[in-house]
Amino acid sequence: MLSRTAENLYWLARYVERAEYLARTIDATLRVTALPAAYVGKTNEWDSALLTAGVAASFYRTYEEANEHNVVDYLSFSADNPSSIRNCIEAARLNSRSVRTALTSEMWDTINSAWIELQAVWSKGTSTREDLAKFLRFVQETSLRFDGSAYRTMLRNDAYWFSRLGLHLERADNTARILDVKYHVLLPEEEHVGGPLDFYQWSSILRSVSALTAYHWVYRETLKPWLVADLLILNGTLPRSLASCYENLTRNLDQIGVAYGRQGPAQRHARGIRNRLEHSNMNDIFQHGVHEFIQEFIADNSRLGEIITKQYLI
Amino acid sequence: MAVAFDEMNIPGGDLRPAYQELARWLKETPPEALEYRRQEAELLFRRIGITFAVYGDSESTERLIPFDVIPRIMSGKEWALLEKGLKQRVRALNMFLRDIYHGRDILRAEIVPDDLIFQNPVFRPEMNGQQVPHDVYVHIAGIDIIRVDAEDFIVLEDNARTPSGVSYMLENREIMMRLFPDLFARHRVAPVERYPDELLSALRSVAPHSASGEPTVALLTPGVYNSAYYEHSFLADKLGIELVEGRDLVVKNNEVFMRTTEGVKRVDVIYRRVDDDFLDPLTFRPDSALGVPGLMSAYAAGNITLANAVGTGIADDKAIYSYMPEIVKFYLGEEPILKNVQTWRCREPKDLAYVLDNLGDLVVKEVHGSGGYGMLIGPAATKATIEAFREKLKREPEGFIAQPTLALSTCPTCTASGLAPRHVDLRPFVLTGSKSTTIVPGGLTRVALKEGSLVVNSSQGGGTKDTWILDE
Repeated sequence: MLSRTAENLYWLARYVERAEYLARTIDATLRVTALPAAYVGKTNEWDSALLTAGVAASFYRTYEEANEHNVVDYLSFSADNPSSIRNCIEAARLNSRSVRTALTSEMWDTINSAWIELQAVWSKGTSTREDLAKFLRFVQETSLRFDGSAYRTMLRNDAYWFSRLGLHLERADNTARILDVKYHVLLPEEEHVGGPLDFYQWSSILRSVSALTAYHWVYRETLKPWLVADLLILNGTLPRSLASCYENLTRNLDQIGVAYGRQGPAQRHARGIRNRLEHSNMNDIFQHGVHEFIQEFIADNSRLGEIITKQYLI
Repeated sequence: MAVAFDEMNIPGGDLRPAYQELARWLKETPPEALEYRRQEAELLFRRIGITFAVYGDSESTERLIPFDVIPRIMSGKEWALLEKGLKQRVRALNMFLRDIYHGRDILRAEIVPDDLIFQNPVFRPEMNGQQVPHDVYVHIAGIDIIRVDAEDFIVLEDNARTPSGVSYMLENREIMMRLFPDLFARHRVAPVERYPDELLSALRSVAPHSASGEPTVALLTPGVYNSAYYEHSFLADKLGIELVEGRDLVVKNNEVFMRTTEGVKRVDVIYRRVDDDFLDPLTFRPDSALGVPGLMSAYAAGNITLANAVGTGIADDKAIYSYMPEIVKFYLGEEPILKNVQTWRCREPKDLAYVLDNLGDLVVKEVHGSGGYGMLIGPAATKATIEAFREKLKREPEGFIAQPTLALSTCPTCTASGLAPRHVDLRPFVLTGSKSTTIVPGGLTRVALKEGSLVVNSSQGGGTKDTWILDE
């Protein structure tokens, strides 16, 4: 397939995934900030929402204060924030338009209809909490529909695999960023562990990756920091865990390698990361330092993006 | 201006036979049901994204072309005649183009004046003496047809460069079938859905001799911001070929390749929707980033087929148009089946004098203009506009032609105040491959939605209709 088509598919999937992740982040943050201060302490949750979205620096160039109104506006509707939900949807639609021939009609319909629907939201914004909640749900549903229609209607060929690469790479990055921002509440030696403050922090982490129920199914335990970390980093059964993302990334890259009859640096690099995740346990990770581990992972993950681009997309 | 021919009603109250069933159906169908379906159709067009872009209109860069749900109907007999005439005309167009870039018999016979060719900006000296694969120049022609009475179809314009609109012909039919299955059940409408297959086999058939057994065809688009981008992606999809932009292509050793995830792959036939001027910055406009450097040398080396060929613009020039009846006779030795609109060539003193005397009754068009821009519609123009045009005409008479204001036929159309007659034209699409010329039964009917208006161009507020050819 055309390199440009593969590139568009890859970024299309990344943008849709990112939009969903931002919607989840805002949703989870709203929940935590709605709690009485006694449960959540004095940390500014809106600040950490900006940090996990990776846009704190650019935010403060425009705004003085990270409060609900400003952050929601910046993450959702801002045309100036290149990774706002709005810009993600706009970019996803532009990419879809330029690779329409590689999309199924269901996928195009999902993106185009969402784009049409959201025009109204961009111009009006959301005036009430209900409006905002509806908007966030709509974005998440769009992503689910898009993902679902890709899963159900696309041929299993390189077009599919490249879009999956974008999705899993973005998802791994998102999960890692949450962990990186919240790693301090996962540290076992931290004081007040097990207090209500930490409990809500942990549940908000799980909520932002839609894994709260999954946690209970997997561990049948109350929330414990190292189990939360274990679930999100090493548990291959959770679709948003780093381990699961890398299982998928290596598999999709292998499928491309087989179809093209050629392996390359992308396949090797991805396999390297997967092996490291496979041979780690939470004990070692805590020993090494959760923060350091995650930092390395984020760098490795974005390096994979660069390698894929060089090997296939340009 | 003569009274327009009504496609549905015979003066005195009778219906023309092709419309009898439709009239019965309209009588049974409440206006609300029509309106409801019109809205549904609009929603479908928007969701599918069947849009066109309007240049210089940044607010809404994508617009819908209004779609009218009342079909325009023609009998099989009428179509048979039209089809014959179209094939004849396109055959002559191809022979004319080959001649102009090779032997130039028609110039030596003094049928068409030399300067109309050599001083024409759309004439491409680069194509002189160049062999194009299988001698086909116009692979895809869109011939604009109007109807003035029960017998006669008249050609308004030959589009021999990169005619657009065929996606609307196909999508209009799809949407009509979805919204009005009952109406289809009551008619026998000839299908148009074979068009993409016919196009692909025509394109494959003209692959250069150096192509491998399974020639690779690609569609070259200027990109998502082009006004016809929807059509480009639609066709590439239906044909199952890559939709490429200039940056996806690269020329090496006079062969054309596309950049793919598995390395480069040779391309044999390019259905290009990019104008001559932008095809190759090394040959044409050096400032264009849309094209492919070296494409023209690969073309000259015979390693790539461009459809349509480079330099076909000379055949859809309005000054050349006026010579079409002579062109058909010269190459085919046959009487032209389709008439031309009577045309005064302002370059000829006698014609110019007539035009200047009758400006108020005539339509004056720029020879190289398109899309309804730069024209004077005498009967609708103010005195000042007419005078301004008179000066332009005197300054540069060779830049203009004039035609009588034609009474385009009318078709019943949904309007705010119910069904009303509106003027229509028709653009059928004629495909020429190495062996044969084909036309799917139908075309794009464009309709002027404003009462009394004769302007059907989508850029000027025209709409479209499904075109039915009855299979009797």
